[in-house]
Amino acid sequence: MRRYFLDAGALARKDLLLELRARDTLPAMLLFIVAVLVVFHFALPTNASAHASLGLLWVAILFTALLGLGRSFVAEREQGVLDGLVLAPSDRSAIWVGKVVATLAFLVVAEAVALPAFALFFTSIDGATIAGVALADIGICAVGTVLAAMAAAGRARELLLPLLFLPLAIPIVVGGVGSSLAASSGKYLAFLALYDAIFVLVAWAAFEYVVTE
Amino acid sequence: MRVRTSENPLAALAALAGVLIAASVALIFFYVPTDADQGFSQRIFYIHVPIALTAYAFFGWGAWKALRHLWKREPGADLESYVAIHQGVIFGSLTLLTGSLWAKISWGHWWLWSESQLVLFLVLFLFYGAYFMLRYSVEPGPARANMCAVYAVFGVVLIPISFLAIRLANQLIHPVVFTLQGPQMAGSMFVTFCVSLAAMLTLAATLFHVELAGKRIDSRLRELRELLA
Repeated sequence: MRRYFLDAGALARKDLLLELRARDTLPAMLLFIVAVLVVFHFALPTNASAHASLGLLWVAILFTALLGLGRSFVAEREQGVLDGLVLAPSDRSAIWVGKVVATLAFLVVAEAVALPAFALFFTSIDGATIAGVALADIGICAVGTVLAAMAAAGRARELLLPLLFLPLAIPIVVGGVGSSLAASSGKYLAFLALYDAIFVLVAWAAFEYVVTE
Repeated sequence: MRVRTSENPLAALAALAGVLIAASVALIFFYVPTDADQGFSQRIFYIHVPIALTAYAFFGWGAWKALRHLWKREPGADLESYVAIHQGVIFGSLTLLTGSLWAKISWGHWWLWSESQLVLFLVLFLFYGAYFMLRYSVEPGPARANMCAVYAVFGVVLIPISFLAIRLANQLIHPVVFTLQGPQMAGSMFVTFCVSLAAMLTLAATLFHVELAGKRIDSRLRELRELLA
């Protein structure tokens, strides 16, 4: 058990270290999410309600996450890292855990910039929205990591990942927007937690099959 | 080559599907009473709902075969899973079409976001459309079979979750015919519904086996060609 978490931790550290040295994902995510918020300002009519902008916040988060996820398995597939990882004497699902932790870290950093920027540009954000974002992040990264590993094996990987991911992300958007807008956000937060619980379990169990033959 | 039904169970299945469909059409138009509330157009219910249930059955069957592939390494389960999902998408598209027609006649709109079943089928349509994109962008082989199986299993998990999500996002105006107290309809309507459902499922099973046989012949032919080359 301890061994498992050490393996996963080492893999997550590898990704974070790579990012720290090469800096090719996180700056892109940060710039992208702020650029999207600016685009939204001009896309929304001047008298748009706070509701509309809160809904668009979720679109921005989803697309930024897609950007990060799309990069997450590029090195693994292109430089044959995945073959090494699969051959390593550790549980294959530890690869998934490590990747989820690393992607989650990127996404959280991007949101740590984007949420204050959103509050500055549009409307204030309450605790329920932040809780919703935190819960949604887990689901996005859990599901997205499995799909990114799949998409990276395909020919048109940049094209494939959004197609695979967006239908699965619709419940996340429902839960997220509900937690931002509904008067009683508890129901929506519980739904997001349910989504997380189910998909974390399924993704964790299924990941091994995606990287092996 | 002459094919006798006694030798070819598929032909028998197809004949049974034909008979059942004829029976269900006859029941729908001549036997079942017109709905007091919605009038004549309610008869599309006996087509629309069996098609939708058949699509669900196919998605479920596809996921079951995907699980068998991942779990037991059952040979050929990957192909069966793919064919089931392919048929499921065809029946799912028909569900969208018939649902849209019914919505237009009953409520005057081709599309209603408040119609949870219809929205769910749109989500599933997008999801399984991506399944085909995945299947055709990855090189054929065991790795592709695994990925497609995992995605198919995701799909069957997504169905109830999406359903819950859409219900959460909507107020409910869809007529709920089946409740925990059993079906809320008259006996003659229930009989017609059951015959239609049986007809649709038999037709679906026939189509499934026809496509599967075609795909198997196809892959066998490819193997033979490779041997000859």
